[in-house]
Amino acid sequence: MCSLCGILGCDDHWTSAIARPGVYTRNIDRLSRRREAADRMKFANAVLSPRRISVSEWQGTSYVLSSPTGRTQIFDSLAHLWPEAEAMAGREFDPLDPIYLEQLKALS
Amino acid sequence: MSEQPIGATPINLLTGFLGSGKTTLLQRLLTDPAMASAAVLINEFGEVGLDHHLLDRIDDNVVLMKSGCICCTVRGEIADALLGLHSQRARGDIPWFDRVVIETTGLADPVPALSTIQSHPVLRSHFSIANVVTTVDAVNGAKQLSDRLEAIRQVGAADVVVITKTDLADETRTSDLRAALTRLNPTARQVVAADAASMDFIASSAALRTEGWDAAARHAAHDHDHHHRHHHADDAADAKIRSFAITVDGPVDWTAFGVWLTMLLNRHGDRIFRVKGILNVAGEDRPVAIHGVQRLVHAPVHMSGWPDADRLSRIVFIVDDLDPARIEASFHVFNRLSEKVLSHRASGCLESAAPR
Repeated sequence: MCSLCGILGCDDHWTSAIARPGVYTRNIDRLSRRREAADRMKFANAVLSPRRISVSEWQGTSYVLSSPTGRTQIFDSLAHLWPEAEAMAGREFDPLDPIYLEQLKALS
Repeated sequence: MSEQPIGATPINLLTGFLGSGKTTLLQRLLTDPAMASAAVLINEFGEVGLDHHLLDRIDDNVVLMKSGCICCTVRGEIADALLGLHSQRARGDIPWFDRVVIETTGLADPVPALSTIQSHPVLRSHFSIANVVTTVDAVNGAKQLSDRLEAIRQVGAADVVVITKTDLADETRTSDLRAALTRLNPTARQVVAADAASMDFIASSAALRTEGWDAAARHAAHDHDHHHRHHHADDAADAKIRSFAITVDGPVDWTAFGVWLTMLLNRHGDRIFRVKGILNVAGEDRPVAIHGVQRLVHAPVHMSGWPDADRLSRIVFIVDDLDPARIEASFHVFNRLSEKVLSHRASGCLESAAPR
């Protein structure tokens, strides 16, 4: 929980699982957590870019999606990233869609 | 190695189609001293619960949930029942239990129950999913697998498949069923009911999720190649449902993999019954095992070492009508994109501090 604003942060998504014995996670200490979160946002923004949406972390507890028209949407868990991004874009993010994959290839 | 939070009570989910022998199996296993301290939750479909009357060992730790189909109405009830058991145990109102077995109705898709336990903010701290045990009837199993999607989902979610009623079916029938089960879920261990033991429930989740798993991946990879050459017209549940493996030579970027798999499962989770993989994650000496059932992915397991000198990443999928070639191509597009977007990692300035 954030000691300043009291927001409960309880995201235990598998990509950044809470560290416990036997579990692979980069959510170990402050530095690893921040580095991985920054990389994840960077990569997520790359794959969101064909639909002109961007995402950023907010206070280390939530995420904010933004559209080019200024719409924003806050969500708590990485589990909600794609449903929220699809709702904002008004279309699917389908990693099996050949056109979308071509757009991603053009980025690399 | 265990992925259970310290002190978390393991949960076994026992599922299987109607009449496939779940209660009989449970009844027998509960007599084993190793299972003596298990609490049991029974979910039944219909107005009148019957199965609990068949269980001799009815005591305060047996909770009957009879609101009907577990996959739509009982999610809250499972949570309430587990929370209730937890508080009663803490207060000493009921005998101590060290394990919970949830027997689902024969028509249930086990995933919502798993998802409830894993995502509930309180439950996930106190309980952990040990494994999913699915019973399949040797006499009717093949037909159920070809007719009923529920039966396929139950097999797809299984860590252990218990084949029941083998004494009533001839050998050919049983071996055909075994082959069909292997095609549907090569990652699950198959045991005949007579040989099923409490160890099938008690083995730790981490062990179950990694054990024998390499052989399963190789089998699926072989089967994938095989599919290119022949068409299995006799596949149990139609050729649309199949398992295959992606093998990746070279390191996998963990960040890109997470973004890719979450996007894939968000869009196609209904048609991906299972995903199980051993990954050679960039910057890590030891492999990482991932394990998911439909949209639910368990916490990744950091394995103690590679089984042999082979460092290939392998990801097994069980899918319904999705093209393996497309999934593989998509994986590579994302993995390659990471080289560009996260190129600072390759510079080595951060790798030295890579977490272990």
